[in-house]
Parts: sequence; structure tokens; C-alpha cells
Amino acid sequence: MDKFLTFTIVGLSTGAIYAIIASGLVLTYTTTGIFNFAQGAIGMLCAFAFWQMYIAWEWPLWLALLLSLLVLAPLIGAFIDTAIMRGLEDTTEVTRLVVSIGLLVGLIGLANWIWKPGVSRNVPAFFSGHYFSLADTRVTGQQLATIAVAVIVALSLWLFLRLTRTGVAMRAVVDDRALASLNGARPNRVSMLAWAMGCTLAGIGGILIVPNVALDAGTLSLLIVNAYAAAIIGRLRSLPLTFLGALILGCTEAYLSGYLKSTPNLAGLRLAAPAILLFIVLLVIPTSRLRGRRQSREFFPMPSWSGTFVFAGCVVFSGVVLATTLSNSDAVTYGRIFAVGILALSLVPLVGFAGQISLATLSFAGIGALVFGHLGAGGNPLALVLAFVIPAAVGALIALPALRLSGIYLALGTAGFAVALDRWIFNLADFNIGPVHISLFELGSTEVAPLNIFGYSFNTPSRQMVLVSVAFAVLSIAVVGVRRSAYGRRLLAMKSSEAACATLGLNLVGTKLTVFALSAGISGVGGAILGTQLRSISPQNFDFVSGLPVLLLTVVGGIGAVGGALFAGVSLMGILPLLALLGVFFANVAGLLPGIAGVGLGRNPNGSIHDIRDGFEPIIRYRPAIIWLAIVIPAVWILRLAGIYGNAVFFPLLVLSPVVAVIFATLKIGGVEQTPTVEEIPLEWKGFIEPWKESDLIELDAALGINEVSIHVAP
Amino acid sequence: MSTQTPLLELSGIHAAYDRIEVLFDVNLVVNEGSVVALLGPNGAGKTTLLKVACGLMSPISGDVLYAGKRVNGTRPEELARRGISMVPEGRGVFPNLSVRENLKMMTYTGVPLSQIEEIAFGRFPRLAERSRQLAGTMSGGEQQMLAMARGLATNPAVLILDELSMGLAPIIVEELYEIVAQVARSGVSILVVEQFASSVLGVADRAAIMVHGRIVRDGTPAELESELSHAYLGNQQESSGGEL
Repeated sequence: MDKFLTFTIVGLSTGAIYAIIASGLVLTYTTTGIFNFAQGAIGMLCAFAFWQMYIAWEWPLWLALLLSLLVLAPLIGAFIDTAIMRGLEDTTEVTRLVVSIGLLVGLIGLANWIWKPGVSRNVPAFFSGHYFSLADTRVTGQQLATIAVAVIVALSLWLFLRLTRTGVAMRAVVDDRALASLNGARPNRVSMLAWAMGCTLAGIGGILIVPNVALDAGTLSLLIVNAYAAAIIGRLRSLPLTFLGALILGCTEAYLSGYLKSTPNLAGLRLAAPAILLFIVLLVIPTSRLRGRRQSREFFPMPSWSGTFVFAGCVVFSGVVLATTLSNSDAVTYGRIFAVGILALSLVPLVGFAGQISLATLSFAGIGALVFGHLGAGGNPLALVLAFVIPAAVGALIALPALRLSGIYLALGTAGFAVALDRWIFNLADFNIGPVHISLFELGSTEVAPLNIFGYSFNTPSRQMVLVSVAFAVLSIAVVGVRRSAYGRRLLAMKSSEAACATLGLNLVGTKLTVFALSAGISGVGGAILGTQLRSISPQNFDFVSGLPVLLLTVVGGIGAVGGALFAGVSLMGILPLLALLGVFFANVAGLLPGIAGVGLGRNPNGSIHDIRDGFEPIIRYRPAIIWLAIVIPAVWILRLAGIYGNAVFFPLLVLSPVVAVIFATLKIGGVEQTPTVEEIPLEWKGFIEPWKESDLIELDAALGINEVSIHVAP
Repeated sequence: MSTQTPLLELSGIHAAYDRIEVLFDVNLVVNEGSVVALLGPNGAGKTTLLKVACGLMSPISGDVLYAGKRVNGTRPEELARRGISMVPEGRGVFPNLSVRENLKMMTYTGVPLSQIEEIAFGRFPRLAERSRQLAGTMSGGEQQMLAMARGLATNPAVLILDELSMGLAPIIVEELYEIVAQVARSGVSILVVEQFASSVLGVADRAAIMVHGRIVRDGTPAELESELSHAYLGNQQESSGGEL
């Protein structure tokens, strides 16, 4: 009984911290409609700032608390609201989510820049030395203070939102922003206050938890996964239920720690418990009705076959050029561009076309890599088929219960699955399911043999580079094929309005299930190929956090286009490692860049790839520029192969060639095509740009070859 | 009750959604204490004009004058505080707030809650019975009553009503327009948009017909009544022998 009480008190105090963080999450979600993945990272930043002032600079406790919680945290909130979130109107849920993931990644990068990782930093427990006895069980001052703070936060928040005008206005702004302003409320100010309060709550949680855990940017930021489950129990709306959920969660963790035997298999279960609970809660909470049409300013044009084949050709050519010019070690580093590109490609049909958010891409990649590692002895290419089929089957299996979810709930469900996999399942020892022996990472790492096709082994980095670029090109063509097919249209229709699709008789379940399976299968192949490049794979290669930048940068590149996937691969495995080589400063910048790119997404929700394509528009429209490029680039490459110059000259020349071609073509034909003026408006736009006139009717009849005017126009 | 002093004046208004222009040189005056009805078919630009009038949308050219002062670009919340009250199209309520909380939102205009409740519950006693109920759970008619109550509760100088009748039973619409008439008699200037002309022409002092983003006709309700079918249906009526 004593033990039980001890565990309960530990659980309640941990749950109290989750409750505080989760209530901030609920507050910002209910008042701004944005699920803030970076809530934990904001708490982490406040905790670091508190450590800096209180421990490193030895400032008084009250001053450090005041500055961290009442100055820094609200300022972060105000900054997030004004600089980032206000640009997110009329964007899809994917974009909003990715922006907050960008913030998470950026804040971790910033913290790692300011406070070097790997250094031991500790904050002593608050009220250490003070105890309180409860039925022979010792309650520490820290535990009591944490529970008391949580109770105070809960009560004041509830009263604030129910009884004060500002609190009511916060809820009103979520219901109808325009109507709130018609009532005289100032929605911008109300949202800013909500963000400031949300960040302060994150800060309180962060500071209360640091005496219990290591002060590490990544660990602290991801404690939020535990708070997600609590917030979901409150259905992202109810503060009392959120608090209850947080306490249940804290106690579950404490009981598992206390009562479960310390075997390796069960240790993982303890770590994964909040994620599993999150997944279970998502499966049992009542679902929302099918979503109707949502206004969005995001638009991805239909890719053409000719453009896709040119793109695929350029990808393979780039693979060959890199394979023939890079040293072995560089080929190992940059060879992952295309493998990560394939992982990103798996998100294009799922997230880009179908609008389903998945945060488990890397988990499926891990399954694919394991399948190939164990079943592809000697690099048997048939195992690559299994590396598609098995993750696809697991994907469908996971999608089945998750089908009832959509939007942020689906994202969290897949996050729960990913975390459960990397904290627990991937770390399990071998086991049997009936006659089938399942071997995972064998409690460490697993070897993956290089691919061997008809006796030709892709066992060198350069061979692998070419192979992976070909695989990326082929899969890109397949994804474009999906987009152009009737199935692709179904995916887009489902993304636009599930309700409309259901009324048309479209099988939503089948469509969701297949797109999940397709995406997981592509991830599996990507993971298997990445495995052959890594040679030895471990759970760390496929953890939840490492998967976030892949989604982030694909969305930044353009989630609805295969070019966006290449953008993600090139950015993550090409540009960032290159920047890191330039020195410590640039390495830090490289840590921040994905985050900055992500938070800037509101400005350009269609992704960068369209801007890049627009930049090359003059070349496409000016044939001599294309011919010039077709001659110069191979010539520059051949001269490099002949040893006339090294990579230090070759790569700048390679980058400069298209730039020169763009400048040349722009000078010749005068820049990007102008948008049509009113006089040049296409016929089908008549009546939209300005009112319909009799003269338009005559013009239209003339264009269509109709002689008789049969429609009468009101004067 | 009405005077010839313009209170809300829209002059030479052009407005557009991105590149698509929807209002073309629209002029409309609401005098102090008068009721102006704006009629017209779907897509005529009536709601857009109201959005311009209450600050939810900025015109690309033209002037919005309120009490003689140019208020182009003024935020809607500022106009609300200065006395322009709008009941928007659809159900202009906050569905996840209770009736009382919906009314509380109007205190931003500077009027105390007690006074707001007195006016709102005085005009719509049914709302008092449901003050704790979430607005989104009430019937369509009750929600429209709440929206109207909120619009009236601060004693605005100008009340803008957009499609009060939308989705409501005729008897409820009649009830609501009876209240509009009472409000008008108390001296509040009203600009009301309505597709169903018969409901509104009974209470209006002046009316204007809007088609294709332009005001094609204005005058007294009696003058306009005969021209309405032409405005809504073009010349179809003549071509089909006048039968509908």
C-alpha cells in the first residue's frame, strides 16, 4: 500500500506537469485552431533560459522565474502569433501542422546553438529538503508545489475562459473571427494573448520538469508527446478532461515504472506507454462528422508527362554525374539525397493528393529496411518487393483503425504509432508469432546487404548513387501516374471534401486504406534502399523525431509535386551537410534552416518548387537556352572526367550554367510571362473580371462560330 | 422619423475578390432614421456591399462615409464601437458560446452587460429562458433572434441586416420583420439586404435593386415593386408570356 501511494504521488506530480503543458496546448488550439507541436519546445527554451539565469548567472530564483515566465514566454507567444501564425489563414491543416513542426525543429536548433548539447546541466528540485508526510509516505516539496501549481492553473484558466470577457472573446474568435470583430472585439489582440498565455503555461511545465529530467533540448521538447495524449482525452477542448487525462497518464507511467519487471522488452513499453495510450484514446473518442469543403489558397497543378520524363531524366543524369565525380566518402554522404527523396515521395500521394497527415513515414521505412535486411540475404532484389508489400500491409493495418480519424487526430495517431515503434517495438528481442520467427534490430543493429541484381552487386557508394537515382526517377513517374489516373482524381476529391465524396458514392474507406498502403510501401522501399546505403541499421535511424524534417521539407518544397520530394532530399542530405562543412556557425545555421523554412510556409503554402520552376521559365520558353544547357553541362562534366579540373571548379560551373542560361534567356525574351491584362482576358473569364456585356456575347459567339444570339442579357 | 441627413454613405464603390471585380461604382445613402432595403438576385453583390459598409472588406476605390467622416480601411471592430452594428448572413452567432456569452461579446462596444441583457431579453423573452444554452444548439429561428438581439442590444446608430429570412419559416420571418419595424420606428437607421422582397418592402422607406454589381434602380418601395421581377429574371418573364 505504501508503495502504491508513493507511485501515485509520483504519478500525480508528473501528471500535473503534463496537465499544465497540455492545458496550454488546448488553450492555443481552442483559441486559434492551431495544434502547436512546438509547445514542448517552447517549454524547453524557457527551462534553458531559467537555468541560464538561476544556475549559470546565479540570479535570484524569483527574478529568474519572473523573466522566464512573464517576459520571455509571453514574448515568444506574441512573436509566434504576429510573425508566423497570422500568415496561416486559408491554409490547409497540413500546412498549419508543418509550420508548428518547423517551429519545433527551429527551436531545438536554436537551443542547441546557444547551449551546446552534451554538457551536463542540472536544476535542483524546488523546496528541496522540505517534506510532507501522507500516511507514512513522503511527499517532497517539489511534488507538492507541482500539484498545487497545476490546481491553481486549472482553476484560474477555467474561470478566465468562462467568466472574463477576454476569455469569452478567445472562444468567440475560434467560432467566427469576422463576427467577433463585428462585435467590437479585436481578434488579433485576443489571439496574441492566447499565444502568450499558452507559451507561459509551456514555460511553467518546462521549468517544473527540469529538476526531474536531463536538460536536453530534444528530450524536453518531446515530453510533449505525453501531453498530447492528455490533450486528446480532453478532445482538445475540455480543460477539466485534459487535466484528468494528464493525471491518468502520469499515474500509468508511475505504476508501470514501479510494478513492471525490469526486462529489456518491458522497459520500452514504459517509455512507449503515453504514445500507446494516445493511440488508444484516439480510437475510442467520438469522431467528428465528415468534413465538408474547406477554403484553401493551396493549389498544385496537374503534372504533364513530358515534364515528368524530363524531370526523371535529369534526376538519373544527376545521379550519374555525382557518382562519377564524388569521392567515396562524399558519395556515402550525398548518396542519401535520393533515398530520403524516396521517403519524401511516399508523402506526396498520401499528404499532397489525399490530404491525410502521417508522421510515421520513417517507421514504415524502418520496417522496409528490416524486411530487406533479414530477407534480402545476398542483396536479393525480390526482397525489395517484400520491402514494399510488408510495410504496405502494416500501413493498411494501422490505417484501418485510424480511418475514422482525420486532420490533426490522424497526425497524432500516426505519431503515437511511430513513437510506440521506435521506443518499444524496434527495441524488442527476437520473438515468435506461432511458427513465424520475427527478428527486428536484435537489440542493437542489423546488417543490410547491398542490392545484387543478376550478379551485379551495388556494393560501392557510386553504384548505389546511380541505382537510387534510377529508383527515385521510376517512383516519381509512378507517383505522377497515380496523380493523373482516375484514382488520383479520387484522392484529390477526398482531400477537397470528404462529405461530397461520400454523397457521390465514393468508397472513402477503400480509398484511404489503399493510399495509406501505397505510401507505406514506397516508404518501405525507400527505407530498404537507405538501409543498403547505411549497411548497418539501428532503431535510431528510424525514430519519430528524425522523420519530422522529411515531412517538413517536403511540404516546404511542395507536398503536391514530386519535385517537392526531391527538394526535401536535396535540402536534408545535400545542402545542410554541405553547410555544416563550412564551420561551426554555418553548422548552427544548418540546424535552424529547416525550422525557418517551415515557419515561413504561411507566406508560400504551395511550396518552393513552383517558384523554382518559375525561375527556370525563361529557359523553357527560349529554345536556344535549352540547347546551350544540353551542350554546356555534359561538356563541363566530360572536362571534369578528363581531369582538367577538380570538383572545386566543376560544381560551381555546374550550378552557374543554368543561372547563366536563365539570365541569357531573360535578356532575350523578357522575364516571366506577364499575367494577362483585362484586354487579353481569355474568353472563359468574360463576365468574371467585369460584368457581362452585349459585346462579350458577340465576341463569344464569333469565337464559337455561333451566328444566332439566343441568350438575352438584362440591361 | 427619418431625416434627409445622410448617416451612412457609400459613394462610387468598386470592390473585388482578388482579380474579380464584383461591385462597380455603387452609390447608396442611408439617411438618419430611415430604412433602406437592398434587393437583388443571388450573386448581385449585396453581401459584398454590406461587407464594405461595415469594414469587413476594403473597397478598391470609392468612399465609405459614416456621420460625414471617411471611414475607408477602418477596422470592423472600430466601426462596431462607433455604432455600426451588423447581423451577418446565415446564423450570426457564436455556436460554442452560451446565449449570455454571445451577448457578453457586445460589451466591447462599451455598453454594460446588464443594459444589453435588458434590451435583448426585453425584445426576445425566449432568449432569457435559454440564457445558459449553447447558441449552436438552438433552433434556426432562435439563433436568428439572438443575432438580432445582439445587433440591437447596444442601441446602434446603424443596423445592417443581411438576409434575415435565410432558411427560416415564413412565420418566423414575419415575426423578425415586425421587430425590424419596431426598431425602425424607434429611430435607428437600417440597411437591410433581402432576397424575398415582400418581407422587407413593408418596412422600408427606400429601396434599391442591385444586379451584376451595380445599383440599377432606386426609389420608394411602391415605385420599385413593379420592376422587381424584371430585375430578378431579366426579360424571361416577357418571353415566357409572363407566367412563372
